[in-house]
Amino acid sequence: MLRIYCPICEEARDEPEYHYAGQAHIVRPSDPDQCSDQEWGEYLYFRSNLRGLHREMWYHAAGCRKFFNVLRDTQSHEVKASYRLGATPPDQEEVRL
Amino acid sequence: MSQKYRVGAGRLVDSSQPMTFWFNGRRFTGWQGDTLASALLANGVTLVGRSFKYARPRGIVAAGVEEPNAILQVGVGATTVPNVRATEQPLYEGLVARTTHGWPSVKWDVMSLLGRLAGALMPPGFYYKTFMRPQWLWHSYEKLIRKAAGLGYSPSEPDPDCYDKLNQHCDLLIIGAGPAGLAAALAAYQGGARIILLDENPTPGGWLRCSDDRIDGEPAERWVAKALETLVSAGNVQVLLRTTATGLHDGRFVSAIERQPPSVASAALQTRIKERMHRIRAGQILIATGAHERPLVFANNDVPGCMLAGAVSTYLKGYGVRPGRDLVVGTCTDAAYAAALDWLALGEGSVTVVDARSTVDAKLVSAVKSAGGRCILNAAVIEAKGRTKVSAAVIATLDLVTGIIDSEVETVATDVIATSGGFSPVVHLSAHTGQKPVWRKDIAGFVPCPDHPDVYVAGAAGGDFSLSGALAQGEGEAQRALARSVYRIDLGPDQKGRNVCEEQWPFAIEPLFHVPHVKPTAKAPPQFVDFQLDVTAAAIELATREGFQSVEHVKRYTALGFGTDQGKLSNVNGVAIAAKALNQSIEETGTTMFRPNYTPASFGVMAGRDVGGLFEPKRYTAMQPWHELNGAKFEDVGQWRRPWYFPKDDETLDQAVKRECLAVRQGVGILDASTLGKIDIQGRDARRFLNRIYTNAWLKLPVGKCRYGIMCGEDGMVMDDGVTACLGDQHFLMTTTTGGAAAVLEWLELWHQTEWPDLEVYFNSVTDHWATATLSGPDSLALLKGLTDIDLSPERFQFMEWRQGLVADIPARVFRISFTGELSYEINVNANYGLALWQRLMHAGADFNLTPYGTETMHVLRAEKGFIIVGQDTDGSVTPEDLGMHWALAPRKAFSYLGKRGMAREDCQRLGRKQLVGLTASEETVVLPEGSQIVFSKSTALPANMVGHVTSSYFSPILDRSIALALVAGGHARLGEEVLVSVGKDQWQPAKIVPSVFYDPEGARQHG
Amino acid sequence: MQRYSAFSLFKHALSHHQHWQQAWRNPEPKPYYDIIIVGGGGHGLATAYYLAKEHNIKRIAVLEKGYLGGGNTGRNTTIVRSNYLWDEAAQLYEHALKLWETLSLELNYNVMFSQRGVLNLGHTLQDMRDIERRVSANRLNGIDGEVLDPAGIKKIVPLINTSKNTRYPILGASWQPRGGVARHDAVAWGYARAADALGVDLLQGCGVTGFDLAGDQVKGVQTDRYGTLGAGRVGCVVAGNSSVLAGYAGFELPVESHPLQALVSEPIKPVLDTVVMSNQVHGYISQSDKGDLVIGAGIDSYTGYGQRGSLPVIEHTLAAILELFPMFSRVPMNRQWGGIVDTTPDACPIIGKSPVDNLYFNCGWGTGGFKATPGSGHVFAGCLAEQEIPALAKPFGLDRFYSGALVDEHGAAGVAH
Repeated sequence: MLRIYCPICEEARDEPEYHYAGQAHIVRPSDPDQCSDQEWGEYLYFRSNLRGLHREMWYHAAGCRKFFNVLRDTQSHEVKASYRLGATPPDQEEVRL
Repeated sequence: MSQKYRVGAGRLVDSSQPMTFWFNGRRFTGWQGDTLASALLANGVTLVGRSFKYARPRGIVAAGVEEPNAILQVGVGATTVPNVRATEQPLYEGLVARTTHGWPSVKWDVMSLLGRLAGALMPPGFYYKTFMRPQWLWHSYEKLIRKAAGLGYSPSEPDPDCYDKLNQHCDLLIIGAGPAGLAAALAAYQGGARIILLDENPTPGGWLRCSDDRIDGEPAERWVAKALETLVSAGNVQVLLRTTATGLHDGRFVSAIERQPPSVASAALQTRIKERMHRIRAGQILIATGAHERPLVFANNDVPGCMLAGAVSTYLKGYGVRPGRDLVVGTCTDAAYAAALDWLALGEGSVTVVDARSTVDAKLVSAVKSAGGRCILNAAVIEAKGRTKVSAAVIATLDLVTGIIDSEVETVATDVIATSGGFSPVVHLSAHTGQKPVWRKDIAGFVPCPDHPDVYVAGAAGGDFSLSGALAQGEGEAQRALARSVYRIDLGPDQKGRNVCEEQWPFAIEPLFHVPHVKPTAKAPPQFVDFQLDVTAAAIELATREGFQSVEHVKRYTALGFGTDQGKLSNVNGVAIAAKALNQSIEETGTTMFRPNYTPASFGVMAGRDVGGLFEPKRYTAMQPWHELNGAKFEDVGQWRRPWYFPKDDETLDQAVKRECLAVRQGVGILDASTLGKIDIQGRDARRFLNRIYTNAWLKLPVGKCRYGIMCGEDGMVMDDGVTACLGDQHFLMTTTTGGAAAVLEWLELWHQTEWPDLEVYFNSVTDHWATATLSGPDSLALLKGLTDIDLSPERFQFMEWRQGLVADIPARVFRISFTGELSYEINVNANYGLALWQRLMHAGADFNLTPYGTETMHVLRAEKGFIIVGQDTDGSVTPEDLGMHWALAPRKAFSYLGKRGMAREDCQRLGRKQLVGLTASEETVVLPEGSQIVFSKSTALPANMVGHVTSSYFSPILDRSIALALVAGGHARLGEEVLVSVGKDQWQPAKIVPSVFYDPEGARQHG
Repeated sequence: MQRYSAFSLFKHALSHHQHWQQAWRNPEPKPYYDIIIVGGGGHGLATAYYLAKEHNIKRIAVLEKGYLGGGNTGRNTTIVRSNYLWDEAAQLYEHALKLWETLSLELNYNVMFSQRGVLNLGHTLQDMRDIERRVSANRLNGIDGEVLDPAGIKKIVPLINTSKNTRYPILGASWQPRGGVARHDAVAWGYARAADALGVDLLQGCGVTGFDLAGDQVKGVQTDRYGTLGAGRVGCVVAGNSSVLAGYAGFELPVESHPLQALVSEPIKPVLDTVVMSNQVHGYISQSDKGDLVIGAGIDSYTGYGQRGSLPVIEHTLAAILELFPMFSRVPMNRQWGGIVDTTPDACPIIGKSPVDNLYFNCGWGTGGFKATPGSGHVFAGCLAEQEIPALAKPFGLDRFYSGALVDEHGAAGVAH
């Protein structure tokens, strides 16, 4: 069971308080109507699905109800860092928790 | 013959408290403190089971959790427990146990004949090689095979006990209260850290409980007792006995299961907590779980009377039980000598130590000899004689280096053969999160991965089997674990000189796993590696010959380690035999995965309190007491229990629904609509936000007005719908489907927080704040008029508007919206007033025959109007256009609303998509089954060309005929066409495609 | 290939089983193969077998990072059924089910396919609508199935709790008698042995580290054990690791890899003769021939390659099982484990071409891969060997994620597993 630090609540809490919300930093195309079907499909469905360090979003459903980003190793499941939306992702070399 | 093998007091038992128990229908006596196994041995019961495959007689091998054979059924009726290890089960007064194998009895088992005769036909993998022909017969073969399956019996009644969970946090979790764990706790508690110390046994001390070691000049027992006293009184230490750490999970999270002591457990049939799971989130984890002794693998090593050397000592010293008359010890380590010396100390029976090594500490040999025993070096027990009980040991000279066995053998009469092939550190927990244990040649065992990020290891668990090592490492590792925390410990000078001990026998081993026989392995009598599943050395060799060379393949092909002991005794021996057969090292061979649970946990304790009524929360509206009093039948919708219909007298569902429907269409009905999701939306940019989320236009909705909206995913598929009201220029109340409320709130937050944080808008779930009673029907105005100060005149309070006022003296928001197509008022009040509102409406409604109706009637009424239910008429593959709701799309909005681009994709725009239409069966009384598939023309060939399905289907009382909604390929262009609806095998019902609005298509009625 | 039979067992018993042949060779690799299959699980091995057997391809290799059948093939709950909702999916899984029915004879290896029937329970009115819809569609797709009421369920599974007083009372079920379970390892081993006998090189302990690409074309596979092996075509069948391989070739997939957990009880005497599945309370259960209750959980929400998941999922699953079978409360749970499932947005597989020429993918089976093993291999062999994508595979191309022609099996179908 993961333990995830919520950067808004500033507390590490157990996984069941959160909802996983998929890969982070996927931006909606600024003009969807100009996208081709291929571009739209890539935005909708295609994911990096990295093995290793993965930037992903979590939602603190049973807490502050905020989305935030987590840097997590998908192989070891180790949560390396949490950071607010819009914040600069921490350097992958120097992560903390 | 009571307890004729009881030879003394034993440190773990209390002879002043005798207890009666029953085994296979016979009455026996044991003592308080006994395990079921020790009590059975005390009474001379040595045959306790039959093996899985060959039905061979089996006896008690071990004295702890690693026991593979003594697996018994304990208790009767609802409280019976299958697969109880006799070595773990504390004895209690009246305990009833039985074997579960063997017919007619465990002593005379017919299956063993089969095992003996056909055993040769059952090498590993024999199932895969036969029973193939004819294919259809496999099921019959399988029925026979299944007759032999399983160990114990599941109860057939619900469990009268309950189970509990406790979430715990600590700075340091110490697993195992042997010397290493105790030393660790004694050091660590001084820094003030919160410590949990747990141990699977009822008393702490681990192997010290049965040893003659001395610590700080006192018997170790005394040191243990003092340590416990210190820790328990410390205040920051929680000591959990009878508690097994079953799993180590990500994030230093440990599941540990505490069992009630037997005195409580024997109070059968009273609801009480039987077991409790501690869910421990630990700052640091110290593993001090000790080691399991390994048996040697030799011919017929499964005959009852073959035991672990350490178990012999434990039974002698701990329980005062001698497992037999004479003893032969087979070993390649010094540790096994303790069993011989303990036995010799009884002064009765012969003792022979057979040591495979050529050089052995002279002190050991002379100790045995001077006590009257015999020592044979350079030799091994190669075979046990006897069938249901060991009668003799066959001993031969062995060259450990070459592995050559001398054909000259000596037979020594004995009834117990105790072996020790060394120790396997209990690495299980350290490996649960994927860290592979590492082979250490010097100790001939796997140890936890040294680079483990989450655990510290001390004592035998880490491969140091000495007492001094355990004490020093326990202390040292505890210090290391806490070094970076605020609870750092620096042991001052006053604490120096503690935990001083004298080593009895230094650990020494020359590895031996599989003792060769004079015959080749394949022809020798079976040499068992995994007792429970009858996996032999020959089987492992055969598996490698057949190409199963990965250790995981060997395991899967032979079933090695698949038993209830999960290979605690067999793993290393099996790996060693496979390695040798493959001509590679044990390091190269590696070990199989370790997975939770370390020892089994009942389903009950895993589920905890979340069973029965507490499986998931039930949500009720404020009006629930009225519904119950008035005989409502309920339907589960998400977590909600909603009134389904309100039968009068003996009405059936159909009768009640007909009555309720007509009441709404012709008079007035009342629905509890409180469960609809409600989200309060405020902020300067609330309108702009709604305009992006919904498919239609929201920028200009005036205050006091309501609008229906559809929400789509970015794929253009309908995900939710509902009416949203404009409460103020920057204030809206959104309603969602009952099941979709939480997901929609998360959806709104997602878009606001990730994509449009620049919009000033706030969301709050107010579902539970409001109770909603919907009055619907032509008489609703007349009824409500007498109860409210709101001006209800149709021109002042129009359809799709809302007003604030008093209803039955309760402050309310009234929405003139309609899901039935009738004049309707949805009255929302503070949920605390919900019941009062409902009661007053019912009271005032008596004159109008106000009729409560449930979800079923609501479904019929909305279907008559062609109103969809998301999730019933849609399934995630339906766009608003498919539903014919072009009117709810605003393609010219400046902002490309969610779903717009998705529904423009090639496949969403193709001809022939399934579209929502009405269907009328040719026979007016036939209600087409919901879910039925539709074809355009009948064809007998399968697969048929399905073009859609019936999504909603009812008998409409007002139309006095059946109606249905359906998704049909190209349906919007096929109005008037005939289709066939599949209503059973080769049964078809003709139906006609019609518009989806069956009743009042102009919508005149809802306008009042 | 040495034939297996009762007679051969008897014959070998006389010589103490010392003369059984290896089930497959441990060959040295050739420098070039017509087709390389990456992934030695059931699907990959089946693909290789059908390529050799039905398409007469001579030089085939299967590269396996670990040991044959060690991934999801050896980690699932062995359920086989074909009662899917949409025509495209139902026909694919039914194709597999038909192959299952003759597989033991086909491979001369008893895969213990046991058609003990599969129940999918419904607990809400909407569940029942979905069940009716699915069974109706199955019937017209030529797939066996019927809708049962609680009394009908009780006849098949006497122990099940059909009381109206549970949290989510059982309202009914779909019943597919031809569904059942099979011995998962045997499927991999049976295909491996049969493929090997047809000359397929099975290279175990051989991880793939990259692809040799020339322009938009794959020319070979880079391995950690044998360097680069040339290939005419490459088929990747690596389930949870699909995105990693796609990454080597420079593209992404509409796939996320999640932990999926399962567990077994200790063996108990037979009490459950069929497979029981429930989406609403979320658990599925059958009993193996050894006596273990084999129980599957839902997927963990986060992505993960660690072959393990979180404890709450297991706890919830056992609570669900006790909803259905309260008497199992005192049965001991023995062991839990996890696999990595490759989930797609529509819970249907991806079979066919990738953006790189001659590089094919067969992935995205999510929680439903085992049951499809023979069909998946059969159809994927067709993709790799022929110019045209076989009709059964066509709806499952990557193009559907651009056009929007998804085959959405988790919408109404209620088939999470």
